[in-house]
Amino acid sequence: MSSPTARWRQPSVLPGFPLAFGLTVTYLGFIVILPLAALVLKPWSLGLAGVWSALTEPRVLAALRLSFGTSVLAALVDGVLGLIIAWTLVRYEFPGRRLVDAIVDLPFALPTAVAGIALTALYAPTGPLGALAAKFGLKTAYSPLGIFIALLFIGLPFVVRAIEPVLQEFDREVEEAARTLGASDFQRIRQVVLPALAPAWISGVTLAFARAVGEYGSVIFIAGNMPMRTEIAPLLIVIKLEEFDYAGAAAVGVAMVVISFGSLLAINDLQAYLAQRGRA
Amino acid sequence: MKPLFRLPGVAPLLLVFSLAVLGLLIVLPLGVVFQQAFAQGLGAYLTPLRDPDALAAIRLTLLVAAISVPLNAVFGLAAAWTVTRFEFRGKTLLLALIDLPFSISPVVSGLVWVLLFGAQGWFGALLQAWGVKIIFATSGIVLATLVVTLPFVARELIPLMQDQGWDEEAAALTLGAGGFTTFFRVTLPNVKWALVYGVLLCNARAMGEFGAVSVVSGHIRGLTDTLPLHIEALYNDYDFVGAFAAATLLASLGLVTLVVKTGLEWRFADELAASRRH
Repeated sequence: MSSPTARWRQPSVLPGFPLAFGLTVTYLGFIVILPLAALVLKPWSLGLAGVWSALTEPRVLAALRLSFGTSVLAALVDGVLGLIIAWTLVRYEFPGRRLVDAIVDLPFALPTAVAGIALTALYAPTGPLGALAAKFGLKTAYSPLGIFIALLFIGLPFVVRAIEPVLQEFDREVEEAARTLGASDFQRIRQVVLPALAPAWISGVTLAFARAVGEYGSVIFIAGNMPMRTEIAPLLIVIKLEEFDYAGAAAVGVAMVVISFGSLLAINDLQAYLAQRGRA
Repeated sequence: MKPLFRLPGVAPLLLVFSLAVLGLLIVLPLGVVFQQAFAQGLGAYLTPLRDPDALAAIRLTLLVAAISVPLNAVFGLAAAWTVTRFEFRGKTLLLALIDLPFSISPVVSGLVWVLLFGAQGWFGALLQAWGVKIIFATSGIVLATLVVTLPFVARELIPLMQDQGWDEEAAALTLGAGGFTTFFRVTLPNVKWALVYGVLLCNARAMGEFGAVSVVSGHIRGLTDTLPLHIEALYNDYDFVGAFAAATLLASLGLVTLVVKTGLEWRFADELAASRRH
């Protein structure tokens, strides 16, 4: 009995739809959609060829390669560390377990600029860990390794928090069944637990990766910011803005968004595939 | 709970490894902040905090959070009411848009406002004619902060309100309560801890935001430098004690946030979003 124009929404006894929906959409329109439209449209003032040459500039390519490369690496290492930490936190009882569990969230709570200068103080050649690494011939701060360390710090909680609930609610009957069938501990982990954890693990690693790609505050202090070597893509956007190259900055911004979303979509598909296989 | 897979043989090994990673990667940087700040004694620690530029930065940080957190809290409530109480086409798109700020770089979240309101931006000329300054001013900093912190409250409320359903609201309405009465006397009390939780995280991010704010601020000391930007300025001047002293304020904010957040998770686990229960 609803009018044809209202058919996009199912009737409800609850009030407030026009107000709440209107507020939500207006706010999103002003804070998210309008700004993103400006971002997506701006680069084309350079023309197609201009955008292409802005993006294939060696310095831009180097920055994108560095940002995405170190982010993938850091997210994967976080994946390994996070899996072990989540396992320890969920499966073992030890004094102070809840405190340790709370500490995992520290990188979420610590502002990035604070993390940035703290990591730099630790890993600079004069810092305790930087000096230690130098003894082994490793340069930590002001090198891609420093960027990797900062991204490792930022991404770790994403993996732990993604895996923990799944490990906790893991179907005990499945574990039991595997045991009764005579599987050894490691067999059960490899063939039963890990496949079931895969979707959550991938979510966590993906979140860590997405965060790492865009990360700015914790990285720029430790990176050293040398063009072509340790200059991350977000910093290049800032530099282009300071040179009043708005279109160039927007082009790098769009490239980052497109590559990120492309990889997120691909990972999403992989995850759906794995989830289906895990169920079968 | 007695878990089955415990790998008893390697337990100590895994425990030591986990604690070592967390200690080295996460706890040590926090400790360094305080160690560096107090490296030259209490006097040297307090002096940079009494600096007028530092006080201005603290005031601006508080002001920006005081404007942006309530706005995003109201948005979160409206969005959660819309998404969890009604069925309409385009809901998935709406949810994706709410999450979007989490998957774009903070620097991009600042850049978009320069493209809109900067001197060469879409509305740049218009704003100049009106004499309104947004970029390199407080309003630009607020806008950048709004984008970055937009999802926090909504994301906390939506899963919880989805779980709770709307039986209680329907009951209140049947008994003759008005829409607003129902919202304030039924819905809000049901989600109050989740709202506090979301506001807490939103506030921590608003006060600590660096990348997005850095792009729109213009870095005018004593005027458009927020606390994180003030830290950067001091650090770049090689005033390490000053930078770390200011950093202790933000680190303490982070610690307080973490303690309150953990407290909420322990006490009110059932009244927070399902995804956070542990």
